[in-house]
Amino acid sequence: MNRLIRAAALGAATTLLAFGAQAQTVKIGFIDPLSGLMAPVGQNQLHSWQYIAEIANQKNWAGGPKFEIVGFDNKLSPQESLTVLKQVVDQGIRYIVQGNGSSVALALADAVAKHNERNPGKEIVYLNYAAVDPDLTNSKCNFWHFRLDANSDMKMEALTTFLAKDKNIKNVYLLNQNYSFGQAVAKAAKDYLAKKRPDIKIVGEDLHPLAQIKDFAPYVSKMKAAGTDTVITGNWGSDLALLIKAAKDAGLNANFYTYYAATTGVPTAMGAAGEDKVRFVGYWNVNNEKFVGADVAMGYQKKFNDDYYTMATYTGIALLAKAFKETKSTDPVKVAHALEGMKVESLNGEVEMRKSDHQALQPLVVAKWVKVDGKTVKYDQEKTGYGWKTEALLPTYLATQPTSCQMQRPK
Amino acid sequence: MEFFVISLLNGVSYGLLLFMLSSGLTLIFSMMGVLNFAHAAFYMVGAYVAYSVGLKIGFFPALFVAPVVVGLLGAAVERYGLRTVHRWGHVAELLFTFGLAYLIEETVKVIWGLAAVPYRVPAALDGHLFTLYSTSFPKLRGFMMLVALLMLLSVWLLLKRTRIGLVIQAALTHPHMAEALGHNVPRVFMLVFGGGCALAGLAGVIGGVAFITEPSMAASVGPIVFVVAVVGGMGSLAGAFLASLLIGVMQTFAIALDWSLAGMLGAIGISVNEATPLYSLWKLQISQVAPVLPYLLLVLMLIFRPKGLLGTRAD
Repeated sequence: MNRLIRAAALGAATTLLAFGAQAQTVKIGFIDPLSGLMAPVGQNQLHSWQYIAEIANQKNWAGGPKFEIVGFDNKLSPQESLTVLKQVVDQGIRYIVQGNGSSVALALADAVAKHNERNPGKEIVYLNYAAVDPDLTNSKCNFWHFRLDANSDMKMEALTTFLAKDKNIKNVYLLNQNYSFGQAVAKAAKDYLAKKRPDIKIVGEDLHPLAQIKDFAPYVSKMKAAGTDTVITGNWGSDLALLIKAAKDAGLNANFYTYYAATTGVPTAMGAAGEDKVRFVGYWNVNNEKFVGADVAMGYQKKFNDDYYTMATYTGIALLAKAFKETKSTDPVKVAHALEGMKVESLNGEVEMRKSDHQALQPLVVAKWVKVDGKTVKYDQEKTGYGWKTEALLPTYLATQPTSCQMQRPK
Repeated sequence: MEFFVISLLNGVSYGLLLFMLSSGLTLIFSMMGVLNFAHAAFYMVGAYVAYSVGLKIGFFPALFVAPVVVGLLGAAVERYGLRTVHRWGHVAELLFTFGLAYLIEETVKVIWGLAAVPYRVPAALDGHLFTLYSTSFPKLRGFMMLVALLMLLSVWLLLKRTRIGLVIQAALTHPHMAEALGHNVPRVFMLVFGGGCALAGLAGVIGGVAFITEPSMAASVGPIVFVVAVVGGMGSLAGAFLASLLIGVMQTFAIALDWSLAGMLGAIGISVNEATPLYSLWKLQISQVAPVLPYLLLVLMLIFRPKGLLGTRAD
C-alpha cells in the first residue's frame, strides 16, 4: 500500500515536472532555535521568512516557482544542527537558511560543503542571514555559503565611524559574550578605535558567558568605577536587555552602542530607560527617510502581533527569486553561480552579493532609541511607545571591508 | 571605596534574592526529603501570575495573590501527584518533579507565549532609594532585600514559635507518632509542599520584575538554586541563608577582579605570552570565570564537606 502511494506520488511529481516549472514549490529549510532561551528570536525570524515568502508568492517574484519555508529546531547547538541538516537532506530540501550563532554557522557551512562534494547532483545552498563572524567570508569562506547580513567587522567600521564624530566620548568599555562572535566584536572595536580615535581610552574589557548572567549590576559598578562614558557591546537577547536595565538602575550615564538592541525582548526591557542612550548599527530601520518597508512591517505586525526586523529575509528571498528567474531553474548549482555578484533592490537599497567571498554589500544605518514623534519616528517597537530614529546612513562603500577569501568554485 | 560599598550592596541584595528562591527548596527537602526539580518552574509561574494579576489589581496586591496561587498549585500537585508517587520512593518523586518542570514550562509557553512579557516595575518602586557617592541604589533592590528578610523572619517564627510549626516538625521527623496522636500527616506534607512553592512564587514576583519574565527564566535559575541548597547544607534554612549571601557577594566581587594566572606569573617574573602553550587558560581572568565559581564551590563542598555549611546530616 505504502509503496503504491509512493509510486503514485512519484508519478504525480514527474507529471508536474513535465508540465514545466509553473507549479513548482521550492522548500527552504529554516534551521534555528525554536525552543529554549532564544526561541522567541527564532520564532520571530521563522515568521519573517514565511511572511516574505508569502509576499513573493503572491507577487510571483520568481516567475513561477513558489517558496515554502519549513522550520527545524536546532536548539542553538552546532551538534544538533548537523543532525537537522541530515533530516533536511532526507526530505529532499535543497536550500537552507540559518542565522543565530556563528558557532552554528561555521559548523553548517563546513557540513554543507562536505555534503555537496560527496553528493553531486544533490547540492545544497546555504543562506546565512545573521551569523556575523568575519571568518565565514574570509579564512573559512566557501562557495555554498552566502551571507545576507553585514559581518561584524563591517558593522564595527560603521559604528566607530559614527562614534568617532562625538568628541565627548573619551572612555569606552567593551562588554561582550565569551564566544567567537563576542571576541570578534571586542577585537574589532579596539582595532578600529585605535585607528579612528587614538585618544579614546579603553577603560575596561569584559567577556562573560553567553546567556547565563542574571544580574549585571556588578559589571555596571565596574563600568562606573572605570569612569565609562560609552559602552560598546555585541550582546543580544537577555544579555543585552538585562545589561541596560542594570545600567539604568545604578544610574550609569553612558551611551550604549550595540548591534542587536532591536531584536525580540530588548525593546521591552529597555522601555524608557534606554531613551537617547541606546543605539544600534544594522542594515535597516523601519523609520528610514521614506519609511521603505513599513508596509511589510505593518503586515507582519498584523499577522503575527510581533515586530519585523530581520530584513535579510527580504534580501534573501529577493536574491533567490531573481536567480530562479535568470537561470529559469531552481537547481542549487545553477542558482549558486547566478547568485555570485548579483544585485537586488532590498528594503535598504541596493544589495550586492560580492562574488569574491559571498558577502552581501549594503548600506548600514545607526539608529537611536527615542520616543515616537509621528514624524521621523512613526513606528515603535514591542508597543513601548519608543522607536528607532535613523541618525546616520552609511553608504555601501564606507561599510565595505576587504576579504582574504580565496573562493574555490566547483567545476 | 565607593566601588567596594556598592559591590557589597549588590552582592547582598542578589544573595537575598537567591535565598528567597532556594529557601522553599530547602524547606521541602528538609521536611519531606523531596528534591523538587520543578522548584524554579514555580518561581516562573509566580512571576507570570503576578504579571497577569498585576495588570488588573496592581503590583502590591499581586505580591500577595501570586504566592497564594502558586502555593495552591503546589498543594494540588502534592495532593494529586506527589502523594501517589511517594510510595514508589524518592527516585520516583525526583523523576516526577523533573517531568513536572517541563510540563509547567510548556504550559507557560502556551498561555503567555514565547516572548518576554512587559512586566514593569511599579511606579512606587521605580527610582532611587539613596545615592551613595555617585552611584544610585534602586528602590527595587532595597525592596527585594526587605521582602527576603521579612520572609526569613516569618518562616522562622512559623516553624519555631507556633503550634502548627511544632506539628509540622513532629510530623516530619516522626510521622507515625504524629499520626497516632491524631494529626493528619498527609495534610501536613501538602501544607509544606504548598508553602515551599508559595515561597518560590514570592521570589518570582520580585525576580520577574527585577529581571525578565520569559519562558526560560526557570531554566536559567534552576541550577544555582541547587548550589545554594547544597552549599548551605541540605535542609538547613540558616545554611541556605548564609550560602546565598556568600554566593551573591563572591560572584559580585569576582567580576571586579581582573586577575589572571598570566598576570600573577608576570608579577613574579615569568613571562607568559601568546606563544605559551595553553595561553587561553593562563590569561583567563577571574572576572571571566565568575559565573562558574558557584559551581566550583558546589563541587568542592561535596568533596570536602558533603553536609554543607550548616547541614546536620551527612548521608
